[in-house]
Formats: sequence, structure tokens, C-alpha cells
Amino acid sequence: MDSRKLQENVFKVLAAAAALLILLILVLILGTIIAKGLPALSLSMLTRTPQGGYYLGREGGILNAITGSLCLAGGATLLALALSLPIVFYLNVYARKRSRLVSFTRFSLDVLWGVPSIVYGAFGFTIMLFFGLKASLLGGIIAVALLVLPIMSRAMDEVVRMVPDELFEASYALGSTRLETAFRVVVRQALPGILTAVLIAFGRGIGDAASVLFTAGFTDSVPTSLMQPVATLPLAVFFQLATPFPEVQARAYASALVLTVIILVISLVSRLLTRRFTKHVVR
Amino acid sequence: MMNDGNRMKMEPGSVGQPHIRVRNLSVDYGGTRALDNITVDIPDRRITVIIGPSGCGKTTLLKSFNRLIDLVEDVRISGEVLVDGENIYDPGADVTRIRKKMGLLSQKPFPLPMSIYDNIAYGPRIHGIRARRELDRIVEHYLRESSLWEEVKDRLHAPASGLSVGQQQRLCLARGLAVEPEIILCDEPTSALDPQASKRIEERFIELKDSYTVVVVTHILRQARRLADYVIFLYMGELVEHGPAERVFEHPEKEMTREYIQGIIS
Amino acid sequence: MIRRLKDRLAGAGMLIVTLCSGLIVFLMILGLYVSSRSVLSLKPLSELLFSSEWHPLRGEFGLLPFIMGTLWVTAVAAAVAIPLCLLASIYLSEYAHRRLRALAAPLIDLLAGIPSVVYGVWAVLILVPLIKNHIAPFFGVSSSGYSVLAGGVVLAVMIFPIIIHVTIEVLRSVPQEMREVSLALGATCWQTIRLVVLRKAMPGVLAAIVLGLSRAFGETMAVLMVVGNVAMIPSSVFDPAYPLPALIANKYGEMLSVPLYDSALLLAALVLMLAVLAVNVAARVFLVRVERGIR
Repeated sequence: MDSRKLQENVFKVLAAAAALLILLILVLILGTIIAKGLPALSLSMLTRTPQGGYYLGREGGILNAITGSLCLAGGATLLALALSLPIVFYLNVYARKRSRLVSFTRFSLDVLWGVPSIVYGAFGFTIMLFFGLKASLLGGIIAVALLVLPIMSRAMDEVVRMVPDELFEASYALGSTRLETAFRVVVRQALPGILTAVLIAFGRGIGDAASVLFTAGFTDSVPTSLMQPVATLPLAVFFQLATPFPEVQARAYASALVLTVIILVISLVSRLLTRRFTKHVVR
Repeated sequence: MMNDGNRMKMEPGSVGQPHIRVRNLSVDYGGTRALDNITVDIPDRRITVIIGPSGCGKTTLLKSFNRLIDLVEDVRISGEVLVDGENIYDPGADVTRIRKKMGLLSQKPFPLPMSIYDNIAYGPRIHGIRARRELDRIVEHYLRESSLWEEVKDRLHAPASGLSVGQQQRLCLARGLAVEPEIILCDEPTSALDPQASKRIEERFIELKDSYTVVVVTHILRQARRLADYVIFLYMGELVEHGPAERVFEHPEKEMTREYIQGIIS
Repeated sequence: MIRRLKDRLAGAGMLIVTLCSGLIVFLMILGLYVSSRSVLSLKPLSELLFSSEWHPLRGEFGLLPFIMGTLWVTAVAAAVAIPLCLLASIYLSEYAHRRLRALAAPLIDLLAGIPSVVYGVWAVLILVPLIKNHIAPFFGVSSSGYSVLAGGVVLAVMIFPIIIHVTIEVLRSVPQEMREVSLALGATCWQTIRLVVLRKAMPGVLAAIVLGLSRAFGETMAVLMVVGNVAMIPSSVFDPAYPLPALIANKYGEMLSVPLYDSALLLAALVLMLAVLAVNVAARVFLVRVERGIR
């Protein structure tokens, strides 16, 4: 009897310690980024592009990277959304349930989900070389769209799958076509989940460095055209950290903080939206 | 532990004497009162049936006997439940030992995710029985006791989830008996079963009451009449009436009990 | 009539998009294979995969040090993350009060979204000095801190949120009655968790681990920043390593003038891609088996 009690207590303490350790590490990460990034952060960092000698410690900011990242992630998210919606509707509204095509598509999206972003980067660059394209905003958008497509479409798929069959039946019984059912009923029912999926994809897209390393390039100016190279925040962090100058490294911390704050905001917005848009949802 | 079927009690109380005494028991779930100041005795080696409309606190009362309501978050319990004279809500009480004294049969059968054999052997194993032959004997004995042996003896190592719902419920009964409880708690044990399977379970209860104290929660009045030696009637978390079955059913003291028994309120 | 036509047309369009997306995997594999063919046709595959001679200028492309680097880093990540995440998920799901769970869950989700460079910055600031000044000396080794250990630990930290999130979800989906059954038989909480809850949740927990590790396997930036990037097979966790993704990120695009170099790097990408595919297929087959065995 006593050994059972002992075991119980030992494992309970171990489990609690593990949970505490992990939560502490995670808090420590946020703490480190804030503590190191905040002192280096200034208004000019956010509102100016790098001036001459910026990477040697002269003045300027990372406006190029902030705008670049937003354009790139935004474009990629829109492109991925334009592809995800048809896929998800096809899988859940048009196709017969349990057809080969459905399970095959889900499986291949799962595989894509696991493909490392560096592979998307390398693959994207190969394709661009083949077509004679140079590193550009467009190239970056395509690579990142490929990266977030499986994330977005599988997340949406999971939500749309939860839409009760009765709702489809009710819509068909009123004489709606499948297309109308998809856009008027399914979208409304699954809207919170769809928005969350979009935001998750945006967050993943804005944070990824490996896929844009070769495809988007880097530049010191704010993006003006799809065919121009574009700067991104993760790469700005990476390049600034790689310089030997402490002032520039401090700016890397500040850039990391900016990136983290953007992610935080996305996460908060997604929580708020979920709460807000659940009012039309049938339970 | 004795496994020969002739159960010996640690302190053989006399039949019909109180086995569980509930004293001023109140239970709150996060501010909502589920049971209000219940005081009642459950007689030894009899079938006690708890009746009342759904949401009246029947299941809460049942689960307070083996402290399974501890699992509910934000639960507040006051009062005492004495089993064999020991207050199970005493801070120093050994919860696992108390629970071992009581078998639980729930609404839907929940076979553990393992074979038929391992389901029965689960209880004895966690209480330290390791010898294979001993376990074999226990498994056979309790499967016979719940009249399942003939049906499953050739597939003891098949997954328990492959049995029919009725068989699963008898398996759960056997599993509960295998830890040699003194008390069997049943929460609407036939609600998921077809009439034939229900009948077999009820027959088991009648036979088991010679050696066990049985407490059955039900909302089926006819079942209560068939089984009960003693009746407890709860309404909205309060104890309305309790007493020997014939008296409560034939001459209810309270108006509310009469209306419930006649089907006027439900 | 027009409505039905629209419906049909939209259906056809959606079918095409769906088919294309299903084929992306194969397109990528094919594309990478075609691009790496020039190095594959000159060197036997076994030499490319199992030779540790990496001298691009001499035309020698042995990927072994990089493959070993990836395996070492992933193994360290697994060794750190699996036990910690399992215990933490068990605590949060089975023991912790609802309020603690409600507090921890959003934090964990938030951290799942933090970009890998941010984890990399943290690792450079905290982890590398910690290994250099405290952990390595403690074991009597001298290390720059930029090591397999640093790479593995940062990966583990990155996949904590992924594994914990999914594992908690899986554990919560085990019916409460299942726990009640076991507790009612007099089992302790820990016995119930070990013998019933984990057993029932096993396929899901394995899936969570596979999900986390496959993310770790191909992770690039955070590892690249702390692992040292030295092309040799590591012999201890305090040695530097050079995983495949870091190799591609560092070298691809800059050395296209060296013959066969880009082809060899795309072969590295192909190896990563096929490994991911293999893990996915294996996990799926395995999970189907396990599920059949339990239920």
C-alpha cells in the first residue's frame, strides 16, 4: 500500500516540476526578448529605413523589413486562402465522403505540413531559376504561400468537417445548390475557425525565414513592386545578429521584439474574433 | 483476500443494520446546491433504491459514497458519510481503500481499453496480486458470478470493446466484484440495455444482495418496485422520504412522493 | 438553370485546385530529383549518402556529416522534449486545477506561434553562454557553446508547445468515466493515468510526438544560429554539428558557380523531403495498427 502512495506522490511531483520547468522556460524566452529588445527599440527603428552604414552601427531603422514582411505575409496568406477555400469546399461539400481523392488529398496536405520550410525555399528558388526570375516579393509570396497552404487548408478542413450534416440537409432541402450551401451556410457556420486558420497562417508566414532566404532576397528600401526584392523581419534579425557590432546586435534584439509583438497581436486578435463571430454559429 | 465466493467481512454486521450512514451531507457545485443536508441510513445486505426525477441529485448522492465527486472541480462537501463507522470525508481517510470497498456500475458500460481478461484482472493487479494462476481463478470466478463465463470463455484475450452492450455491463459488474467490495453502487445500470439484458442484470442484483449491500439509482419506477428493499426519494437535492419499499410505495407519507409514484410529477 | 451551371462550373474548378494541391508533394519530389540528377549521375548514391568527404571544390559531396548532424540534433531534442512534455501534459491535464490549465493553455498556444529566429536569438543570448560557462565545464569538457546540445535544446523548446498542445487535447478526450472506473476499483491517480488514460490515449500521444519531431527535424534558422556549423560528424553533444537544413540555408544561392554544388544541395533537400514522407507514411501505418490493437 505504501509503495503505491509513494509512487503516486513521486510522479505527481515530477509531473508538476516538468510543467513548471516548461512554463518557466517559455516565460523566460518572452522575458529575454523583452528585456534585451526594449532598450534598443526606438521610434526611428520603426519609422526609418536603413541609412548608409546602418549595419556598421549608423542610424536608420527596419521599416523596410516591417513593411516587407507585412506585404509578403499578407500576399502569401491571400494566395493561400484563394487556394484553400476551393480545396476545403471540394473536400467537404462536393466530394463524396470517404472517396479516395479526399483521403489522398488530406494525406498529401499532411505530408506538405511536415515539409521543412528550407525545402520550400530551395524548391522555390529552383523553379525561379528555371523561369529566369530573380529573388523578389512575388517569389517570396509564392514560396510562403506554399508553406502556409497545408497549415491553412488543414486547419479549415478540420473546422468545416465539424459542420453538422443536418445543416447541409436543411440547406439542400430549401433548394440550395452545393455552391450556395458552401458560401452561405458553411462559411457562416465555420467563420470563426476559418478566420483563426487565416491568422495562424499569417503568423507562420511572417515568422518564417528559411523559405524566403533565397526567394525574396533582401533590400534596404520599402517594397514598391512585386518584381523587386523585399526585406523581411526574420532575416533582418538574422543578418543584424550576424554582424560583429554590439549596437547592431542590439537592433537585432529589438527587431525580434517587433516580430514577437506582431505575433502576439495576431494571437490576441484571433482570440477576440473567435469570441465575436461565434454568434451565428449553430451548436 | 478470499476468493472462494463465500465472502467474509472484516466486521460482520448484522443484516439490515445500517452499513452506510449519511449525516447532514450537503454538496455544492461551484455555488449551485446539488444536495441539501441529507441524513439517511443504507441497510446492510439489502437493495436500496434511490429514486427521483432527473437532476434531483441521485447520482451525486451515489458518487459521494465512494468520493468520486472529488473529481468534480469546484465541488464543496460538508457533513459526514460513515461506512462501517468510519467517516470517509475525514482528512486522513485512505480514499483508495474506501473506493476498493465499493464496486461501481455506471449508466453506460465502460470497458477499459484492454482485453476481457485484463479488465477483470485490472483491480486485483493494482492491489498487488501478480500470480498468474491466482488471477486465472479470480477471472473465471467473477465471470461466472456475473453469468458471463460461458459466453466469453473462448475469447478471454479479445478486446472487451467487442462485446455487446449487455455483455459489457455484466463484464463491468464482474470487474467491480473482483476487488471484493462490500457495497455495489449502480447508477441507472440498465439505461443503455435492451429489456432482456436488463432482466439478466436485475436477476444478478437479487442474487448478490445476500452477500453485498446494493445501492441502485434509477428513474424507472417499475424497476425500483421490482428491486427495492429500501427506498430513498430525492427531489431537487432534498431528501423527501425514505423507508422500507412496501411502505413507501403503498403508503407514502408525503404528498410529493405519492404524486411521483403515481406519475403525476416526473 | 444558371444556378446549376454555376454550381457545376465551381465544382469542376474546385476539383482542379484540389487535384493540383494533392500533387504538389509529388511535383516537389520530382523537381528536386530532376535538379539533383546531375550529381546523382556522376556519383553513386551510397557515396553521396555515406561518405563524410565534403569538398565541393574537389567535387566530393559526402552528405554523411550533415545527415548525422540532423540525426544528433533531432535525437537530443527528442530526449529532452518527450519525457518533459509527457509529464507536463499529464500534470496540466490530470492534476492541475482548471484555472491553471486555463492560464497555461493560451501561453502555450502563443509560444507555438513564435518564429524560429526569436527562439534562435534567445538561444544565442542564454543557452549558448550557459553551455559554454556552466554545463560543459561541469562535465569537464570545453565547448564554445555552439553545439549539438544547444541546437537540440532549442529545438526541444520550440516543439514543447506543439507536443503539449496536442497531447493535452488527446488526454482530455479520454472519457472521464474511464478514469472513474479505474478509481472506483481503488486505483491511485497515477495507476489510473499509467494503466488506463495513457493506454487509451497512446495513438494520439504518439501522433503528437511525431508531429513535434518532424517539425524539429527540418527546422532551420534557430538551429543554424547555435549549432556551430562545422562539417564533421559529432562525437559528443558538446561538439558542433552541421545539420542538413543549415547546410542548405548557408550555402545555397551563394555558390552556384561551383559545378554540381547546387545539385548536391538540392539532393540534401530531397533527402529531407523523402525522410518527412517516410515518417508520415510510417506513422500512419503504425497508428492504424495501434488503434486496432487497443479498441
